[in-house]
Amino acid sequence: MDLVLQLRQDLVDQMVAHARRDHPDEACGLLVGPAGADRPERFIPMLNAARSPTFYQFDEGEWLRVYQETDAADEEIVAVFHSHTATEAYPSRTDVGIADNYAMFLPSPHYVLVSTREPDTHELRSYRIADGAVTEERVDVVESYRFAGTGPDDRPDR
Amino acid sequence: MAVTVSIPTILRTHTGGEKTVSADGATLAEVIDNLEANHGGLKSRLVKEGSLHRFVNVYVNDEDVRFAGGLDAKVADGDNVTILPAVAGG
Repeated sequence: MDLVLQLRQDLVDQMVAHARRDHPDEACGLLVGPAGADRPERFIPMLNAARSPTFYQFDEGEWLRVYQETDAADEEIVAVFHSHTATEAYPSRTDVGIADNYAMFLPSPHYVLVSTREPDTHELRSYRIADGAVTEERVDVVESYRFAGTGPDDRPDR
Repeated sequence: MAVTVSIPTILRTHTGGEKTVSADGATLAEVIDNLEANHGGLKSRLVKEGSLHRFVNVYVNDEDVRFAGGLDAKVADGDNVTILPAVAGG
């Protein structure tokens, strides 16, 4: 099966802007969408409680609030986003270990990484992480999901 | 004393699909033991060598128990306990 993450351009722009704002510290956030649809509709920038150029950690209180809001709205975490500020957009060993732990609790999300090491260009890549193995997937950036062949049974918001 | 525990999606295999379950105890440790008695398999996801797993967040109401005594955190009748994975990386 071909792995792919379809991502709206405005969400890409929001993630890159958030990553640039927090640079040289790592930035993090979530892409959420309707439960079961595998389609990110909103980007939620999160605080990096670690405030570090080499580590990120959600603020516990903010994470609880966001999780409860998305769960109550029948949304789910489609992707976990973070930036690397001095290295390529590829999951570190730490990323893989913690992703495996995450998958014991919540459905495995896409892992979207943006590298901000170059000031003028960014690198955005996406992965699935399971049982310690990293699989890169294709990212299709689209203006709107409506015209991107998401299928007749889907009714995207825009 | 009964508390309501919110179970994250994957762990609902241990609770017959239930999103929230009721559990008894005066401390988080007692609540987890009571959960384990009724829904076997949950404890090993949460506790390792007598402490909470490093990358698990447990909240009593809105407070992360890491700052309230960890497994010794007190719970009261009607409290809400929420379990989430920590989200972090390098």
